[in-house]
Amino acid sequence: MSAETKATVTARHRGLGLSDQDVQDMYYYIVLARALDDRMWVLQRAGKAMFVISGAGHEGCQVAAMWPLDKRRDWLVPFYRSVAACLVKGMSPADLLLGLFARATDPSSGGRQMPGHYGHPRWKILSTSSPVGTQYPHAVGIAYAAKLRKTGEVTMVSVGEGGTSEGDWHEALNFGAIHKCPVLFIVENNELAISVPLRKQMAVESVALRAAGYGMPGVRADGSDVLECYRVAREAYDRARRGEGPTLIEYRVPRLGSHSSDDQQERYRSKEELEQVRRRDPLQTFRTYLESVGVLGEAKLKEITDRVRREIDQATDEADRAPLPDAASAARHVFAEGD
Amino acid sequence: MPELRYIDAINQAHHEEMLRDERVLVMGEDVGRKGGVFGATMGLLEKFGEDRVIDTPLAESSIAGVAVGMACNGLLPIAEFQFADFIHPAFDQIVSEAARMRYRSNNAFSCPVVFRAPYGASHGTALYHSQSIEAFYAHVPGLKVVAPATPYDAKGMLKAAIRDPDPVLFLEHKRMYRVVKGEVPDGDYTVPIGPSAVRRQGKDLSVFAYGWMLHESLAAADAAAAEGIEAEVVDIRTLAPLDRGTILTSVAKTNRALIVYEDNSFMGYGAEIAALIAEHAFSDLDAPVMRVAAPDVPGVPFAKPLEEWFVVTKDKIAAAMRKLAAY
Repeated sequence: MSAETKATVTARHRGLGLSDQDVQDMYYYIVLARALDDRMWVLQRAGKAMFVISGAGHEGCQVAAMWPLDKRRDWLVPFYRSVAACLVKGMSPADLLLGLFARATDPSSGGRQMPGHYGHPRWKILSTSSPVGTQYPHAVGIAYAAKLRKTGEVTMVSVGEGGTSEGDWHEALNFGAIHKCPVLFIVENNELAISVPLRKQMAVESVALRAAGYGMPGVRADGSDVLECYRVAREAYDRARRGEGPTLIEYRVPRLGSHSSDDQQERYRSKEELEQVRRRDPLQTFRTYLESVGVLGEAKLKEITDRVRREIDQATDEADRAPLPDAASAARHVFAEGD
Repeated sequence: MPELRYIDAINQAHHEEMLRDERVLVMGEDVGRKGGVFGATMGLLEKFGEDRVIDTPLAESSIAGVAVGMACNGLLPIAEFQFADFIHPAFDQIVSEAARMRYRSNNAFSCPVVFRAPYGASHGTALYHSQSIEAFYAHVPGLKVVAPATPYDAKGMLKAAIRDPDPVLFLEHKRMYRVVKGEVPDGDYTVPIGPSAVRRQGKDLSVFAYGWMLHESLAAADAAAAEGIEAEVVDIRTLAPLDRGTILTSVAKTNRALIVYEDNSFMGYGAEIAALIAEHAFSDLDAPVMRVAAPDVPGVPFAKPLEEWFVVTKDKIAAAMRKLAAY
């Protein structure tokens, strides 16, 4: 690569207002999320966890979309693939693994929910349920409250493309647009709803096209291009902060693993397809970019890799040691207790 | 004390609570410019503005779901469903989301939403404007369900529901709106969610009813009294969580139980009261538990003779009282 080309490429993240430190940190979170994801599957296969559902392949767009947010002020309304997004928002790997092991100290639910249902007010991450799409109206409600209370909070909500077929998804876009709610409607389109392909999910070729039907901008970005994912999120975020309303963002992402540990994607995806999606892995594409612009040298790469391995090992030990919930506690918190 | 219609008591509670607490807002179809199809939210838009009195799109699931999000971020929304018959698209949001928010987050989140729904058969409102929906929702732990029968309770319990830290389904039998009148204090008061109320003392049998059925039952009790049957009438104004004590105390006193509800008989709300009495008051009973409820057809039919065949009236209740007293 000539010096000139390198300078042009380098300008890309800086041109977006991201420092070298920013992109190194973004890469760290992508690596951390992937390592945590891998660990969860290993633990499930080893019989240490009942079930796993996670987001390998989705990490690049999630980290990028979260990057403009003010971690303390803004809200995340996640779904079950939001591993990387929850990490950026402030949850630790141990916080997520406590949920995987259904421990009493699992911050998301105290071991009440299946793994992958993250949330706690301390991080302003809304509690997650399993029916897809239901979280979209919640995000609109949170954003409406933010507007009415003049808190300046922006809300980011995410769902897969399968969830966009639900009525709640459409109702939320409509309501959010009418009231110009400060919300980013994210769709992580991996082109599979468990096994159902995109062409059987919708007749339009892009989810983003639907934004026009609700009176808001719709944009799409390649989930393997982390910087482009950031660029569109940044614009949408600034728009929301200016009071100009919501944006629909579609990220095209590869789903690298099976839907969950109860699914075998080899039954409905060909070898060729699986090879193809692996070439779109944002971990690899972002690393290639960072190396090409000289932001990620061998020493830095080793530092990040070592740090992540250490953190995941420590988190696994910590979560594994934590106690299971007491059966008597299952009757509690149906309603508010005491006065 | 001024005498108000049931609908006016509901309206007054809205006005007072919105004035008292700026976190309270109202949302639903036609709640703003029109003041609600029954007038429950009349005058609110003019006083509190369109940010707090939201005429929503015609989409019930998002009315509930957006309210859930608002409640999780510091507001106290009152979500009106125009008719209880139209609440069904919001079932998932109420049952899977609002009612489970506290439990599933291990007490980290709460979801203080009031869902208001006018229910029940009025005159000529047929299959889709007459439904009794309480059995679906009273089945759900994490959701409180109330059905006040007097203007005093309507105002006091709506205020209690708005201030409650958990989701409340507030059912208003629409036949009461303009027909039922009663004394309602001008100032602030609440009627707690939970306790039932004995509306008429009696020694021969106990009647358990709520909403409009309470009024039909009281009228039936008057008719039975003329024949020497003294019925005790208990107002089950909170359906969930149920005040079991008042029911069991009454059965221990009268030894006979009649349960009245307007919903289909099969698996209706009254079935739970019957089960409660069978489990916990078996030895108090001198007669089988009886129920007066609607026939098991899919809805209230429209034509007058069909509707009369369907609905539970004071005459049908009085007939059951005679049968039970004679057992």
